[in-house]
Amino acid sequence: MILVLTEIFHQQIKRTSLESLTLAAQLAKATGSKVKALCIGDGTPSVDLGDYGADEVVVINDSALLENDQLCDLICRTATRDNASYVILSLNSTGKSTAGLVAAKLNKGLISGVTGMNTDSGNPLFKKNVFSGKASAWYSVDQHGAVVATLPNGISPVSGQGKQTSLSTSNSECVTSKIKRLERRLQAGKTPLAEASVVVSAGRGMKDPSNWGMIEELSDILGATTACSRPVADAGWRPHHEHVGQTGLAIRPNVYVAIGISGAIQHLAGVNNSRKIIVINKDPEAPFFKAADYGVCGDLFEIVPKLNEALKNFKSKS
Amino acid sequence: MNLLVCISKTPDTTSKIAFDASGKKLLEDGVQFILNPYDEWYALVRAIELKEQFGGQVDVIHVGEASSEMIIRKALAIGADAAYRVDMTPAGSWDTASQIAAFAKTRNYDLIFLGKETIDYNGSEVGSMLAGILDLPYIAYASKLTINGQIATLESEIEGGIAVSEVNLPMVLSCAKGMAEQRIPNMMGIMNAKKKPLEVVSPTDVHQHIRLERFELPPAKSSVTMIAPDDIDKLVDIFHSDLKII
Repeated sequence: MILVLTEIFHQQIKRTSLESLTLAAQLAKATGSKVKALCIGDGTPSVDLGDYGADEVVVINDSALLENDQLCDLICRTATRDNASYVILSLNSTGKSTAGLVAAKLNKGLISGVTGMNTDSGNPLFKKNVFSGKASAWYSVDQHGAVVATLPNGISPVSGQGKQTSLSTSNSECVTSKIKRLERRLQAGKTPLAEASVVVSAGRGMKDPSNWGMIEELSDILGATTACSRPVADAGWRPHHEHVGQTGLAIRPNVYVAIGISGAIQHLAGVNNSRKIIVINKDPEAPFFKAADYGVCGDLFEIVPKLNEALKNFKSKS
Repeated sequence: MNLLVCISKTPDTTSKIAFDASGKKLLEDGVQFILNPYDEWYALVRAIELKEQFGGQVDVIHVGEASSEMIIRKALAIGADAAYRVDMTPAGSWDTASQIAAFAKTRNYDLIFLGKETIDYNGSEVGSMLAGILDLPYIAYASKLTINGQIATLESEIEGGIAVSEVNLPMVLSCAKGMAEQRIPNMMGIMNAKKKPLEVVSPTDVHQHIRLERFELPPAKSSVTMIAPDDIDKLVDIFHSDLKII
């Protein structure tokens, strides 16, 4: 059995969970095992998880506010009962705080930040990101299986698996947590940065926080989430949770649009695994151009408003 | 307060990464190794601040070879009181977590600090493993920590936002931006660091569950396609035809 933690947030199944499920389905195919999706969160799955390869779906009641020790207990009890070889979850905030607890308790290996798998040699090899995106490493696991934490946006969810799933609900029967939650402050609105498929990011080249209207507009047109570079967050021009780069959040969206960001190595360390990078900067020597797929060298205060107009025109015609 | 900070050695962010012919070993020529930034800036400095506020002792522990002494001395120069080095080359995070757990088990630490991740393996693994082995509460990616008696109040990153939590000590936490401000070691600190104790600890036996088979470099990035700043239509076409986001 392969156990996958699937998270439901605002009644939606998280994309990161579909990524974990996709890896599980691939592993199940290669090893001839079944996939069980353990659903936690604030609702029931919004999509058919059988379509992503789950054979069995268990929805845990009242599980939206589990602390990591409670979640660990729930996962370990389920894994032990089902004799699960693998436990797969996302290396999102939940995974970062829980994966090692589970590995220690189940006495299994842990591979976190996984972006792919290879089963050509019979035994699965897992690929993970290392050196802040500058390389990857392949790991093998022993006969006991492992806890695998998939890197957010590291695997493309694959639907169309057409599995017939059995759906059941269960109570969490949680242990008392050692952690007492006093408050939870959720960011409203857009897709969280770590999960965003398109990110529009801006830096010091914007000159003043009052100039961000055009960035918000571009972001809205593209259905993107906004981000910023470190100096901008440090200066208080933008909120800290928007800061991407080494000290901020490391992300790997499908498309990263960098506007007025020079591309210092510390910034690149947080974004260099984006699938496509578009850079708009007036300095032809900006190091970001070397990491970009597309570059526009010019004044962002001219280019971005024109681009917004052109994109809006395009969208209204199509 | 009895505080332990786990420190790691990593290649500097600006290092060029290359591997030997077997693909199993990082080529260390020309690579500058540093104290993992998050361990230094956030975990160590916050521990030192708490010692300054409440008194007590800040120990640092490192699992690694003698060549790591330089980064250990830096931690002492910033303000740690004593250092311990478990003398082995860890094969992975399980090694590191198990060695630190074995060391910490007998020493009654109130808080065990780590950085949010290391900038080489980026797994955020050691902290949660350590808490799992020691059966202690664990808060990951904490950006704020205050102590009142035996109770820690923390702000930390959770899915979709920030949580404020209370935890009874002892506990393990990993530290992220916001926890503390970087401190540059001064001359006095550097001189004193030479006199502070650095004890070498023998490793315990640990079973490895996973094995590194090989490293791999990403395929070379194709060179950038430049678009003239007045050719906005071309840019729109790229968003549509190539990136497929409009």
